[in-house]
Amino acid sequence: MTDAGPMPTIAVLALQGCVERHRPHVEAAGARFLTAKTPADFEQADAFILPGGESTTMLKLIAAFDLEAPLARAFAAKPVWGICAGTILMAETVLSPPQRSFGVLPIKVLRNGYGRQLDSAQSEVDGYAVSYIRAPVIEDVHGDVDIRATRDGKPVWIVAAPHMATTFHAELTLDFPSPMHRTFVDLVRAHYKP
Amino acid sequence: MSQENTGQVINLKTGLAEMLKGGVIMDVVTAEHARVAEDAGAVAVMALERVPADIRKSGGVARMSAPELIQEIMETVSIPVMAKCRIGHFAEAQVLEAMGVDYIDESEVLTPADEEFHVNKHAFRVPFVCGATCLAEALRRIGEGAALIRSKGEAGTGNIVEAVRHLRRIRQQIRRVISLEDEELMTEAKTMGAPHALLALVKQTGGLPVPNFAAGGVATPADAALCMQLGAESVFVGSGIFKSESPPTYAKAIVKAVAHWDDPRMVLEASKGLTGAPMPGLDVHGIEEDMRMAGRGW
Repeated sequence: MTDAGPMPTIAVLALQGCVERHRPHVEAAGARFLTAKTPADFEQADAFILPGGESTTMLKLIAAFDLEAPLARAFAAKPVWGICAGTILMAETVLSPPQRSFGVLPIKVLRNGYGRQLDSAQSEVDGYAVSYIRAPVIEDVHGDVDIRATRDGKPVWIVAAPHMATTFHAELTLDFPSPMHRTFVDLVRAHYKP
Repeated sequence: MSQENTGQVINLKTGLAEMLKGGVIMDVVTAEHARVAEDAGAVAVMALERVPADIRKSGGVARMSAPELIQEIMETVSIPVMAKCRIGHFAEAQVLEAMGVDYIDESEVLTPADEEFHVNKHAFRVPFVCGATCLAEALRRIGEGAALIRSKGEAGTGNIVEAVRHLRRIRQQIRRVISLEDEELMTEAKTMGAPHALLALVKQTGGLPVPNFAAGGVATPADAALCMQLGAESVFVGSGIFKSESPPTYAKAIVKAVAHWDDPRMVLEASKGLTGAPMPGLDVHGIEEDMRMAGRGW
């Protein structure tokens, strides 16, 4: 457990994707877990996780439910952690193919950068098992970005406080909380004014 | 690293299924279909030779899609591409793996190649999804290496009744297993015909060891919401989209309903303004036993 104090609420955007797997990690890291689908839900959140899933599906749903403006406002004010598809949504530029994104992080991302499912892989980051599943590749970063981990010379875990991105999944490892969830909750606490 | 579940880390095969949760996987025959599906917000497409309603109508032997068609679909869309092989046809599965598809559905919708044995799915690096009508069948498939389970339903009918039966049955049987004493599990395993170790895991975790999606007969947004409320974590739609009068409209509506399956007002919104009729439905009671797909496999 992170040290006591008011407990921030971390909302996982739950339009589609790997949502519930975050619950035990978030709670073990000392934060409250919430699933969010509507602007009313977004108001309840102190920070967001944009989960793994299909970025194209998420973009269609964000457009269909008129969530683009409310999400952009929320991301401007609160910490966001994008995971895999979530990293793609946060990027400044998306390639392969190009698509819309929120531009929260100064990065250029290549979708499915390692290939298809047969190119998915597991490895370790900071001694913790992580999974790359049809993962994107961060081709380029600029500005004030802290690169926490790389794979084949490309960043896979970056922090641009108060935001964070990982191209891999820590939530599929059943040892709670992951170092990445711990780091994100620390970022949220540093930014959080109850 | 190993592809098996270590207990510590969910393996990569089931990991991809985790990413597909809360989504709609659409049957497609052509690259043009696949484009429509992706534009509507599908999380994945399933390539097959003919949609189930056409297989049912025209009869004959239904096989794996032509490789060129699957290849074209893979080049057209950026979302995962699944493809069907016949039950027990491990050579079709090998071909699909060699093509690099993202998931294989060992499917009762195609004509079975083996009426005794299913594919040994542990022998593949590509993940498999299999249909099930009950808990024991689901656990047998998982025992063979399936990384994702779906209800069989009765494909190509536009009738949700069989999917509902299968989803409910799996839930009821899970509740029953949870209530058993440890010493009762082996006898239960023998009676059900399910692997003891997996039954013990169900009792311990209170659920299937892999995600469970719905399939077979989904034709409307409300059908999809019904399946989600019965515990399905995503929905496969076969003929329901491309046999409706307006595929893009139905595809988008079902995607929206799955995203908000627990909010009736949103399912209502998704159900409004559907131009054209849904796919024509079939009463399953009028289907001869040997024309029922759910009975294929064991």
